[in-house]
Order: sequence, then structure tokens, then C-alpha cells
Amino acid sequence: MSIGTVAALLAAWWLLTATQIIPPTRFASPGELLQALRQVALTGYADARLHAHVLHSAKLVLLGFAVAIATGVPLGLAMGSSRRLEALVNPTFLLIRPIPPLAWIPLAIVWLGLGDAAKVLVIWFAAFVPSVINSYAGVRSVERHVIEAARMLGASRTMMMREVIIPGAMPHIFTGLRLSLQACWTTLVAGELIGAAAGLGHLLQQAALDLFPAMILVGMVFVALAGAVMTAMLGWVEHRAMPWRT
Amino acid sequence: MKERQSLALSAIGLIAFFGGWTLIAMSGMVQPQFLPTPLAVAREFYRLLETPFAGYTLQQHLLSSLGRFGLGFALAVGIGVPLGLMIGWFRTLDAIVSPLFDALRFVAPIAWVPFAALWFGTGIGGPVLIIFSGAFPPCLINAYRGAKFVEPRYIEAARMLGASHARMVTDVLLPASVPSIVAGLRVSAGLGWQSLIGAELIVASSGIGYLMVKGQSNISTAIVMSGMIAIGIVGVAIDVLLRALQARIERHQSGSGTN
Repeated sequence: MSIGTVAALLAAWWLLTATQIIPPTRFASPGELLQALRQVALTGYADARLHAHVLHSAKLVLLGFAVAIATGVPLGLAMGSSRRLEALVNPTFLLIRPIPPLAWIPLAIVWLGLGDAAKVLVIWFAAFVPSVINSYAGVRSVERHVIEAARMLGASRTMMMREVIIPGAMPHIFTGLRLSLQACWTTLVAGELIGAAAGLGHLLQQAALDLFPAMILVGMVFVALAGAVMTAMLGWVEHRAMPWRT
Repeated sequence: MKERQSLALSAIGLIAFFGGWTLIAMSGMVQPQFLPTPLAVAREFYRLLETPFAGYTLQQHLLSSLGRFGLGFALAVGIGVPLGLMIGWFRTLDAIVSPLFDALRFVAPIAWVPFAALWFGTGIGGPVLIIFSGAFPPCLINAYRGAKFVEPRYIEAARMLGASHARMVTDVLLPASVPSIVAGLRVSAGLGWQSLIGAELIVASSGIGYLMVKGQSNISTAIVMSGMIAIGIVGVAIDVLLRALQARIERHQSGSGTN
């Protein structure tokens, strides 16, 4: 049934563009899409070939994402385990939290210019907030009696953290990571659209300037594909990290 | 830990944040252009309320952003909710629409910017398209879930009692899916507001995102930060409004659900 839908859509798309009901200046035909794909993959477009654009964007996202995990998850875990730290940090955190990641882009550009550093900063921020919140919520979700049982059995502080708190918080943490990966990807594309020398957003921007609908479409397809692949990879990591959940 | 102790710690945290910021800004390590003191940002915010920057005052920019947001959000709700209910209710439609939707959902809203520019120039259509693409998926998904997971026994009971198809929709489907729909609206508004900012940073000639871009090209951190504050405040206000709506509907439902 779903294959039928896809086939029907492709046919409709081909018909609408072949009969020029949708003018070629506004949207690309399937043929033009393939041609644009071949062009960017083999000879390059917007200063680089397709794989270079994809790798450049993926590299920045993974870098920012990794830094966000390394800073956000420990802070969230600490806030969840210590009421003092929570009271100390939470109000400031609540002030910053409503500002969406995309709104940090102009500030990052003022501070760091149009290079990769500004993008990593914004990606870090996009993933930092959800990492903190979900790790924190994860610690709070660990059942009271499990903690008490471990304490009664004489678990040390490090054992408590490693054997009880972190595994208990893991499902929440991964929920946060999944959300923030999507946010990272969106933020990076926005950052690259505003100004960059390489990456999928740069390709999209160049295609928009050249009024090149087929290339815009190629860019969008690969933004979606790369996002899907990264989400799938995270899913795989999640599965490996929590073998006790099927 | 006592309430008082926790309040004191919170105050210390806030003072440390703003104090540290002020100290770094005043130490001369960074130019005020790049890091103004919190007070200077507040002063700038106030000044933007009275003197126009990038063509308009801050309130006028906000109004223009809110107008676009309202339009894009209304379109997303108006199309997404009915469509979601329909594909949740009719199985054939589900099989036709869902694969297409699943594919489109992976395209980040912001990736529509080039087409928005190509189709609409800097007109209002561009930002509205992007807000729509951000706000539409949660509307559709939650309405879909609401309709798909209506408890079968309610449907069976209604059918047995001889409800017509129209009554089935108005008396069973809609009431059962409202909580899910309203939860979707909150997510949708949040994503829509974020997408609006992204859109305005790139394709717009007014609005709060545009004000920030202009501040950025003037290398005025104070203006950029004022924009961030305004965005944060409006985002919270939208969420509070929708949360109130959600609470009201839940109260209403639990009140009428018992009889």
C-alpha cells in the first residue's frame, strides 16, 4: 500500500512538472533532481562535492553534540542528586532556558564570527539544555526504595552513582539526547544558511542564490537523510547502552 | 533542606551569575561592544522600546513577528488537526498519507528557507511557510494519535447504540482526542515560535529576528541580547497561555467524564 502511494506521488510529481503546471523556475522535475544530484556528487557545487558538504556538517554536529553531552549530562546528574546544587544552579538555568537555540546564532556570530567555532557553540547550546533537563529528570525518576535498598546494603557514593543512579536515569537521558540531536541538526542548518564556507546549509544557501530548485531539493533530501541516519545511529547506541531494555 | 536555605542558595546562584557577568564585562578584558554589563543590556532594551532600530521599535518588531506566528500557527492547526483526525479515523487515508508525512517530517523546518525565498521573496509568505512547517507535524501527529487510540469499547458501545457516523465523530472521536490535540498544540507553538526566529534571521525585513541580525551586523551585543530576552519572554507567555488552556480542558473533561 505504501509503495503504491510512493509510486503515485512520483507519477504525479513527474506529470505536474512535465506539463509545466508547476513552472520549472519554482520546483524541479525528477529528471532535474537526478541531474543536480549527479552534478554535486561528481563535479561539486558551492565549492565542494556532496560528500564533503555532508561530512563537514556531520562533523560539526557530532562535535557540538559530544561537548554538550560531556557538560550537560554530568551537570544534570549532579543537580538531580544534590538539592543544594539544584537550588544554586536551577534559577539561573530557568532564566536561560526559554531562549531557543536559534536565537543564539547572532550572538555566536558577534562573538566568534562566521567560522566553525560559532556553529559548534550554538550546537552545544542547542543540546546542552535538553541534556541537563532530562538527566536531572532521570535522576529524580529513580525509585526511592531502590536507592534506599542500595544504601542499606552499604553501597558507597561512587557505587551508588554507577550502579543505581546512572542506569536508572539512562532512559530519560537518551530521550533528551534524541530530542537534542534533532535540535542540533536544525540549528546547524540555520547557522550554515546564515553564513558558512561549506556544509549542507551552505549548499542550500548557494542554490537559493542561484535560483536552482533542483539543487535546493538535493540539499533538503540530504538534510533529511543525514538527520535520519544520525537518529538511527543514536538509537543503536541507546540499544547497546541499555541491553536490559529490549 | 529547609525552604529558607534553598532560597538563599538560589539567590547566591543568581547573584554569582549576574555578578560574574558584570565583573568580566567591567574588567576591560573584553570590549563592551562584545560583552555589555547586564545593566547596559537592560538600558538598551528600554531604549529599543522607545527609539526605532532597523526601522521599528521593539514592540513593532514583536507585533510583526507575532502576526506571522499567528498566521503560520493558525494554518498549521487548521490543516494539521483535521487531517490528523481523518487519517487516524480512516484506515485507507492512513496508508496513503502516512508514508509521505514520515518522509517530510525528517526535513528540518529551517531547510525550507531556500524554497521560502524562491517562492515568496521577502514577503510574508516565506516566514509563514517556515513556521507552518515547524508547527504542522505536532498538530497532525497528536490529532492522529488521539483519533487512532480512542478506546475501542467506546466506539463499539456507540455503534451498538446506533450512533450515526456524524454523531460518532462529534460525540466520540472529538472528545476522546481533545487532550492529545491540546498537548500537541503546546509542542507545536513552541516549535513554531523557534522556527519563526530562524526564518526571520534569514528571510525577513522586520520582526524580532531581523532586529537581531541588524544588531549582529552592527556588532552590538546589547541589541542582540535584547532580542533574545524579548524572544524568551514571548515564548514563555505563549506556553503559559496554552498551558492554561490545557488545564481548563482537562478540568472540563474530568468534570463531564464522570456522568
